[in-house]
This record gives sequence, structure tokens and C-alpha cells, in this order.
Amino acid sequence: MSLSTLLLLTDGRLPAGGHAHSGGLEAQVAAGRVGDVAALGGFLRGRLATGGLVSAAFAAAACGDVSRCGELDAGLDARTPSPALRKASRAQGRALLRAGRAMWSLSGAAGRDPHQPVALGVLAAAAGLGPGEAAVAAAHGTITGPASAAVRLLGLDPYAVHALLARLAPDCDRIAAVAAARYRDPVDDLPAAGAPLLDIGAEHHATWEVRLFAS
Amino acid sequence: MRAQARVLAEADGLGRTRLTVLRGESPLLLRRTGPRGGAGAVVHLVGGAAGPLRGDELSLTVEVGAGAWLEFRSVAASLALPGRPFLPASRLTVIATVASGGTLRYLPEPLIAAAGCDHVAVTRVDVEEGGSLLWRDDLVCGRHGEESGDVRADTTIRYAGRTVHRHELTVGPAAPGWSGAAVLGGGRAVGTVVATGPASETPADVPGLSTGSGIEPLAGDAAMMPLAGGGVLVTAVGADARQVAAVLDAYCAAHPTRHAARTAAPAAA
Repeated sequence: MSLSTLLLLTDGRLPAGGHAHSGGLEAQVAAGRVGDVAALGGFLRGRLATGGLVSAAFAAAACGDVSRCGELDAGLDARTPSPALRKASRAQGRALLRAGRAMWSLSGAAGRDPHQPVALGVLAAAAGLGPGEAAVAAAHGTITGPASAAVRLLGLDPYAVHALLARLAPDCDRIAAVAAARYRDPVDDLPAAGAPLLDIGAEHHATWEVRLFAS
Repeated sequence: MRAQARVLAEADGLGRTRLTVLRGESPLLLRRTGPRGGAGAVVHLVGGAAGPLRGDELSLTVEVGAGAWLEFRSVAASLALPGRPFLPASRLTVIATVASGGTLRYLPEPLIAAAGCDHVAVTRVDVEEGGSLLWRDDLVCGRHGEESGDVRADTTIRYAGRTVHRHELTVGPAAPGWSGAAVLGGGRAVGTVVATGPASETPADVPGLSTGSGIEPLAGDAAMMPLAGGGVLVTAVGADARQVAAVLDAYCAAHPTRHAARTAAPAAA
């Protein structure tokens, strides 16, 4: 395993369109639920324990066996009731594959626009990483994306936001380890933790005429 | 406490639904309610004891045969309570099957997570192709003015052999971020309705809920979402059970499965 390769995969500067998505934060900021670093912390903890766990498990599973991409993709469909979130996940999966194809020799097993965690698993496999690293990259992405969006949406102190991320790093590792330990499980048995307000918020957000982020 | 209950609803060949099995034991006591001899049958769960309490292992099986129509309700909310701390989490496992041409409306009152409870609700529903399902789950996080206990709800709904909805929701002090802005945002009540099968193809005509144009966001913290594998999920989050019920009651009351049709009747001899 190459640590530098893993860092490339998790770098916010990876040209995979991640900066266009707030991970559901923009909708909750508009709803008045997130306005400061403390509320952002609650948002990120919940996101990590739900979508973060699911993304990490599916990225690990795809990385562990890319021939499972099809069933894993259907499994994420069943875990993503919001059409807006399915669309956002597939848009990010497609963008990630595009970047990944330029970087490594990718398996074609994921199709054209898989869900983002499946694409991430395929990239990790092609980069020579294992399920554990794929899970860390996925869990990490589910909190760093919204954290950087929070700085832009709310003008929060970037130092305070990164201090929050530093405090969450052990949780992120723990979630990734839990997810990676289950990477061979049948799809129905993989984590399915949902976040009702992220689903509801995404549906409302998708109807806005003016918004800063795509999701 | 261990308890099992089972209801089997079957079409009698004359356009009516018969309950060929209806049995339970405290605290899962089942009673047939509503008029007899109609096309459908209504069953109520009547609580026979306090709980579930830690250590309880409860199991409910609901089976709806081809052409049968069953509405499953409960007379009151169920209250998950702490029980003795050294015992494992209380568990309610609900297994339901709906055959082709059958209809199940599963509309129990909410589960209330009393402070200190530790409860797991496992739901597995299999609907054959051509079967219709309306499945509701409401959860209230703590009694009035009380902290929430720990509840994990783990739901799998399959239609025609495919998993169309797979969802876990964990609330309570053991669940990181559950009251944060991603999950319930300080809301104390959450409810979902999953509709699958032929009847869900026709959107329920509820003011403010759907215009039949697909995705129609609701006011406040609720949304109606077409599932990728067919069917619909309606989710509502509210400050209390009443806010959630305001959305979901209307949807369930208007859903096309509400009328049992006497379609199974053979030509009279």
C-alpha cells in the first residue's frame, strides 16, 4: 500500500468535482439548523455515522472485489431513497471515474456512472490500495467535503473547522475500520444507516432556483 | 419475556378475506376488528403487558395470501422501556410476506423510546410481484420532556425478489450525531411510509403531498421520494408525533390500497 497514493485519492484538489457538493449541508444551513461550528460538529458526526459508514462499507466492498460493482450499485440505490441524492452520487461517481481513468488503469466493472462509493472502490483497487484504505478515503470524504462547504456557506473560521475535523479523525478511522471489516458481507447485510433530514433536505434543495452547491 | 404472534390472511375464493391463523401471546395479542364478511380484514395489536423491556424477544409474522386484503393496526403506541441493565437489548422482529394480488396495509401506532431503553426493531418484508404494500413506521424519541432511549430500527423491503428499500435508523445517546442536523436535527419524531406494488404506481391524491408529477417536495421536514427500484418512500421529521402524523396519516388514508376490492370472486354458479 502506498500512503502517497491514498493521500492523492483523498485530496480535495482531486479534479473529481467534489467541491460542487456540500453533502447536504447547504439545505440544513438554509433550514437554520447549522449556523456555527458546534452545529456543524453535530451535522458531521451524524453524517459520518450514517452516510459515512455506508459509503465506507461500499467503497471497501467494491475495492475488495470489483466484480461486485453491479450488485453494490443496486444496494446503494436501495439505501438512497432520495432521487436527488442518487443523482448527486452518480454525478460524483462519474466524475471520479473520469479522474481515475487518467491516473490508473481502471476496471470497467463499474459502468459509466456508478454511485460515488462504488467508483471510489474501483479507483482504490486500480491504485493498488486495499478495502481498509478505500473505507478510510470514503469516510474521510463524507466529512471533509461538507466541512469545506461550511466555510464557504457560513464564513466559519477555517481554523476552527479544521480543529473540528482533527477531533473527528479518530471517529473517522473507527467508522472506516467497522465498515472495512464487513466488506465481504452480502449486499443486504452491509450497513444501511440512513439520515432522514439529509434525504428530505436533498429533495427540497433540488428544487431551489439559486443555490451554491449541486447537492 | 419471549412472545410470538402470527396472522395469516387468505382469500376465501368468494371475494372475502379470512384470517386462517390469528394467534399471539402477551404482549403481542392480536384481535380481529371491524366488520366481518367484507373483502378485507382488519387486525389490531393490543398490548398485553408493559414493554418491550430489555431482554424481551418478540416476534410477529404477518402473511397475506393471493387476493387477500389485510390492514394491521395497534390500539396504542408501544413503549420501549429500560428493564434490567444486565440484559440484552429488547428485540422485535417483524416478518411479513405479501403474495401476488394481495394487499397489506401495516399501520401501527408509533414506537416510543423511553429514556434508558435499549431496543432493536428488525423488519423484513417480502412482496411478490403484483402484491401491494403500505408499510408505516413511526418513532418517537422519549416521552414528553424526557431524553430518548436507544433504538435501532433495521428495515429491509423486497419487491419481486429485489431489495427496494434498505434502511437503518439509530437514535439515542449511543448513536453519534443522531440529534444533529443530518439525522433528526433536534426533531423528536420521525416517520416513514413505504409503498410498493401496483397500487403505488398511482400516486395518492393528498393536497400538498403529490400532484402526480413525480418528485413533489412537501412543506416543512417531509418529502415523498420515488425509489430507484419502484415504489415510494414518504419521510417526515417533526417536533412531536403529531407533526409527523399530520403528513403520514393523510398519505395513508388516501393511498389507493385503502379499499379492499372483491376481485377474487368467481362467477356465481
